[in-house]
Amino acid sequence: MIKYIIRRLITLVPIIIGVTLVVFTILEMTPGDPAKMMLGDGATLEQFEAFNEKFGLDKPFVSRFFNYILQLFTRFDFGTSWLTSRPVLDTLKARVPITLIIAVSSIAFASTIGVSLGVISAVKQYSKLDYVSRLTAMVLAAVPVFWLGMMLAILFALKLGWLPSSGTGSWKHYILPMMTLGLPYSARILRSTRGYMLEAVRQDFVRTARSKGVPERYVIWKHAFLNACLPVINTIGVYMGGLLGGAVVTENVFGCNGLGSFIINSVKRKDIPAVTGGTVFLAMIFALILLAVDILYAFVDPRIKARYTAKGAK
Amino acid sequence: MVMNKKPLRSMSPLQETIYRFSQNKVSLIGLAVVLLLIFIIIFGEFISPFENGVKQNIRMRLQGPSAEHWFGTDAYGRDIFTRVLHGTKYTMMIAFPATFIAEVIGIILGACAAFYSRWFDNILMRVLDVFQAIPGQLLALAVVAALGGSLFNLVIAMLIARIPASVRTARSIMLSLVGQEYIDAARSYGSRDYHLIFRHVIPNSLGAMIVSMTINLSAITLQVSSMSYIGLGVSPPTPEWGALLSEAREFIITAPHLIIFPGIAILLTALSFNLVGDGLRDALDPRLRD
Repeated sequence: MIKYIIRRLITLVPIIIGVTLVVFTILEMTPGDPAKMMLGDGATLEQFEAFNEKFGLDKPFVSRFFNYILQLFTRFDFGTSWLTSRPVLDTLKARVPITLIIAVSSIAFASTIGVSLGVISAVKQYSKLDYVSRLTAMVLAAVPVFWLGMMLAILFALKLGWLPSSGTGSWKHYILPMMTLGLPYSARILRSTRGYMLEAVRQDFVRTARSKGVPERYVIWKHAFLNACLPVINTIGVYMGGLLGGAVVTENVFGCNGLGSFIINSVKRKDIPAVTGGTVFLAMIFALILLAVDILYAFVDPRIKARYTAKGAK
Repeated sequence: MVMNKKPLRSMSPLQETIYRFSQNKVSLIGLAVVLLLIFIIIFGEFISPFENGVKQNIRMRLQGPSAEHWFGTDAYGRDIFTRVLHGTKYTMMIAFPATFIAEVIGIILGACAAFYSRWFDNILMRVLDVFQAIPGQLLALAVVAALGGSLFNLVIAMLIARIPASVRTARSIMLSLVGQEYIDAARSYGSRDYHLIFRHVIPNSLGAMIVSMTINLSAITLQVSSMSYIGLGVSPPTPEWGALLSEAREFIITAPHLIIFPGIAILLTALSFNLVGDGLRDALDPRLRD
């Protein structure tokens, strides 16, 4: 098992290098001279040169890229902000907990609701509950996240006054972002769980279990659900990318100072190293989440586990 | 499913698909909304001239919905109904080309990967792994950071964010087709690769690709509006739906109608594309029906 994890960790290295290359290349296409953008037209030639030298802009693209990769892997350095001249990592460290709380709480919220309602919906196919939850899911899957956030803020913060509508302080501040981001994804998870469950309950082993006289509750949860679990976990992993992107927007709606608002503000101020750092960092988090999903997958699926434990690692 | 009165045997596959689609009421509603959107794009000017959405009238600012202004007015006294109506065009101007080009690139690369297996497929998959490690929204943000926000740049941003998923879908569809007997049969009587690709694989994958395109349209509609909402897409004087909502933020307490209507427009558009996509998928392959 440990060998599997280590092998998967090693495959992350080329991915991270690739991600950095992609982000670097895209941002390299920014028109105009960075020094001029940051210092304004009034600055002297010496100031321009000092700026270019300080941020390594006098060197060609390839050497800057390799330097960045080297710094990233040896010192976990994400570059220096053009605007504040401080390491980007400092800001990232301060802001990532907020983004993680929002992302993790909403995926937990979405999975709980989506999986349980999805299973019930499949078991009671064509019942009233099935129709209602499918209809709600259909609408929620098409709802723009930021608009849902605004509507929830109007309802819970402005009309009812139960929850704060912006900022981060107490746990109460995180409820609206969690619901905003979680609801659309609970809808998507519900739809796929229902689909996989319907497939699972039609399998022969489920019929066998029933005919053996296994209580219905066990048939559903132990036989059918455990088998539907694998593709469901996989789907949830796939949704994580969209969810992290949604977290960026959600932070903007509720004025949370997380990674997302940092990236958005940096884009607006043309602080390219901050955009690069933020994007690469978030991509790394995403990669680690996918890795966690894969490991979880291996734990749940005895076939994968067996391959790595029985005959030693291949 | 409803029992078919007509025997399906006498129909061509296309007729069969259309027949099955027409049996699905929910998808027909979706199709009706999509047609309505197209109608609005073409005839919007006759329903309510663009002028009404630009004309400012300070005395009529922040009015609620009324007979004269169906969706109310904004902070400059502009008619929200007209602005939402004309917003359709901007969203579609970005979503349609981005989705279409992404699908075409997907089909081309997918076909190449499925046919010239091994090395090309391997490289393509590694490149896709890298692109998919970056959440789409962030990829789009990075493109806008570099190029700046405008209608055209937003198309590029959406395109780049969407291509990896399209290529992956196309590739898996094509790979499943390449293993089919009729491809082997065609190859055995001497068809060349390009003939196989253009006459057999691509036509047979089109159905599935159209389904993925409709569902992508819905995703891109949502993404475009959220880019404008966070201030990195189409900027406010243009009545794009996300931009309308971005403008409305400061009036969230005093004038909630500014927020409700553009949001419903986005919701309905995304929903109807999803419905049409689901309906098409079921109609093309009834086995997938749940």
